[in-house]
Amino acid sequence: MTQAQLQETANIPALSEEPGIRKWQDYFTFNTDHKVIGIQYLVTTFIFYCIGGVLADLVRTELRTPEVDFVTPEVYNSLFTLHATIMIFLWIVPAGAGFANFLIPLMIGAKDMAFPRLNAVAFWMIPPSGLLLIASLVVGDAPDAGWTSYPPLSLVTGQVGEGIWIMSVLLLGTSSILGAINFLVTLLRMRIPGMGFNQMPLFCWAMFATSALTLVSTPVLAAGLILLAFDLLAGTTFFNPTGGGDPVVYQHMFWFYSHPAVYIMILPFFGAISEVIPVHSRKPVFGYKAIAYSSLAISFLGLIVWAHHMFTSGIPGWLRMFFMITTMIIAVPTGIKIFSWLATMWGGKIRLNSAMLFAMGFVGTFVIGGISGVMLAAVPFDIHVHDTYFVVAHLHYVLFGGSVLGIYAAIYHWFPKMTGRMLNEFWGKVHFGLTIVGLNMTFLPMHKLGMMGMNRRVAQYDPKFTFLNEICTIGAYILAVSTFPFIFNAIWSWLYGEKAGNNPWRALTLEWMTTSPPAIENFDKTPVLATGPYDYGLEKAKEGVPLSDPDPVLSAGPNSVLRAEPDPAVAANPEDRK
Amino acid sequence: MQSQTIDPAKTELNHHHAAEAVDGHHEEHPDHRLFGLIVFLIAEGMIFMGLFGAYLAFRATLPAWPPEGTPELELLLPGVNTVNLIASSFVMHNADTAIKKNDTQGARIWLAITAAMGAIFLVGQVYEYTHLEFGLTTNLFASAFYVLTGFHGLHVTLGVLAIVAVLWRSRVKGHYSSEKHFGIEAAEIYWHFVDVIWIILFGLIYLL
Repeated sequence: MTQAQLQETANIPALSEEPGIRKWQDYFTFNTDHKVIGIQYLVTTFIFYCIGGVLADLVRTELRTPEVDFVTPEVYNSLFTLHATIMIFLWIVPAGAGFANFLIPLMIGAKDMAFPRLNAVAFWMIPPSGLLLIASLVVGDAPDAGWTSYPPLSLVTGQVGEGIWIMSVLLLGTSSILGAINFLVTLLRMRIPGMGFNQMPLFCWAMFATSALTLVSTPVLAAGLILLAFDLLAGTTFFNPTGGGDPVVYQHMFWFYSHPAVYIMILPFFGAISEVIPVHSRKPVFGYKAIAYSSLAISFLGLIVWAHHMFTSGIPGWLRMFFMITTMIIAVPTGIKIFSWLATMWGGKIRLNSAMLFAMGFVGTFVIGGISGVMLAAVPFDIHVHDTYFVVAHLHYVLFGGSVLGIYAAIYHWFPKMTGRMLNEFWGKVHFGLTIVGLNMTFLPMHKLGMMGMNRRVAQYDPKFTFLNEICTIGAYILAVSTFPFIFNAIWSWLYGEKAGNNPWRALTLEWMTTSPPAIENFDKTPVLATGPYDYGLEKAKEGVPLSDPDPVLSAGPNSVLRAEPDPAVAANPEDRK
Repeated sequence: MQSQTIDPAKTELNHHHAAEAVDGHHEEHPDHRLFGLIVFLIAEGMIFMGLFGAYLAFRATLPAWPPEGTPELELLLPGVNTVNLIASSFVMHNADTAIKKNDTQGARIWLAITAAMGAIFLVGQVYEYTHLEFGLTTNLFASAFYVLTGFHGLHVTLGVLAIVAVLWRSRVKGHYSSEKHFGIEAAEIYWHFVDVIWIILFGLIYLL
């Protein structure tokens, strides 16, 4: 039955008043369907990623030579400030919310999020605040005090730009709090019958930990920004030492959010990788509870380590010791996850497709970022490399090598579910190759630069750093180029790509048991969890499969797919499926 | 990009949708609003915790608190205001009890009294502001005083507006009964929250 006929017979009201997708224009409306909102999040944040990337390449172009010759120092300050702000608040944080929006209801068998309209409101706060931030470039007074906006510097330069920065970040913070409320309520109240907390997919566990962290820490940043706004606009002196204020209090409030924020930025992709690796290794995930509970441990520890960003801010010695030790302890739950992923891959039948390549790239580069993180946690070492390119290298290995590769892995993995079509594998591999080369070329030399003493946030440097900086800059250009195969691949595949079918990877989580893309309310009837979250499609969990046409391979017999012994009937590559 | 293809097997689902949209009939969804409100108030509470933490930090770093030369705070008016606000929480609870007994008229009266008490609190706060001998930028204590009490006052205003809104819905739209009274319940919980925050704030700024 066609859409028009159906509409006629069922007397469905005008299209735009209903949730879900009928035309491409529906992506530009105040749509309340969680799948539409998820895609809105992902596309919007990806656009901001491209803008932030252009800013990064401008920064690298300036740093190609030791002299200030490409932009003025003032513009340079605005460039790195906006680059960081956009990448953090408009790309990685909301991209995690995008996947969560799309996946959580599907994974727990719900029809939608708990508060669909609140969900749409949370999304529609992002484009205006992003545009506001970028508009600050046009008014000629862009924020230039770094993404940390430390007073008193942020109070003396560019008032207009700084005010815009505060407004924009407050709005984005509100958006992520509203999102977190929605995820928490959905996860706690809308799971299908039989799914206890210990039967949630690992991505849901990760989002639970992330949302709890967002809920507790983001409001404190808001409080700090409110006080900063009063200092900036109303003449108070909370953070201004000339009036008796204390800038270190701002640093505490800022890092009470912004340290947990790095876990807000990485935990969703820990969760996504925990879903991707088992499927493409054809093995059940190793250590389900270890991965699940370590997310909670990271959340908790993440809340009590913020002052390790302030080792050089004049805090007392015993306090430094406390923050050094707690920071180092975070390596334990993170290590648990890494070893669980390695153990999952161990002896598995690994399919080296794009999603898996990005997932493996994630594990590798994230470990490098984690190790330099433990180094930075040590107070003496931190004092040596503080505010140098070593810190820049560390944070980019974590945020690019971790979060961004995680985002790509998740996109390659869930694209068939989101759009109903496969991404092209060849161009996916080209994309991966360019990304991994560009990434390491850009950020690996920065470790050396930092230890040699090159300061960050400065447009001019000692000529002895020139050679390594040239390598970094070329790497940054490669990273920029690497995005193009992906963009064209995504657009082309969405329009003309190979039809994916319901379950192209033969995954066993619930979201693959419905159509691709899923219908408006996700499932025909409420699914029931018979055994574990990763047992849909297996014979013993047949009750739990809501579809009328089970995959013939999946339902061939008990334990047919995801077991340590690779089944010859299971194709290694999606191409073999045909 | 592609339009949603409709599987004939799913038309029943879509018929249901259509019926729902046309008749205004809604399937009974489980109610998550109360839980959502509590989660939201955790976030609100954390903003206040951040502000309180900053206040304590300023207090700890300065040699004298309040700084020398700050005029003494008058305790009588804010004390009366505090009693008024605490009492209004009990009044608000009466509204909830009344609506649970289906006593709409009683609920409206209690709601009106709560809104009036909230307004009295706000008037008292403005009166106090206009009679204080320091301004927003006099010193760190003065700034913190105005920002913290002002931010709380903003929340009281929102609370009063919420109570007026449910009162309006009850009178004009005829909403709320013993079964369905989430609006009143939400306003009540929010009002208690504002009250608890004020008690902490009062202790911190006026008494400590």
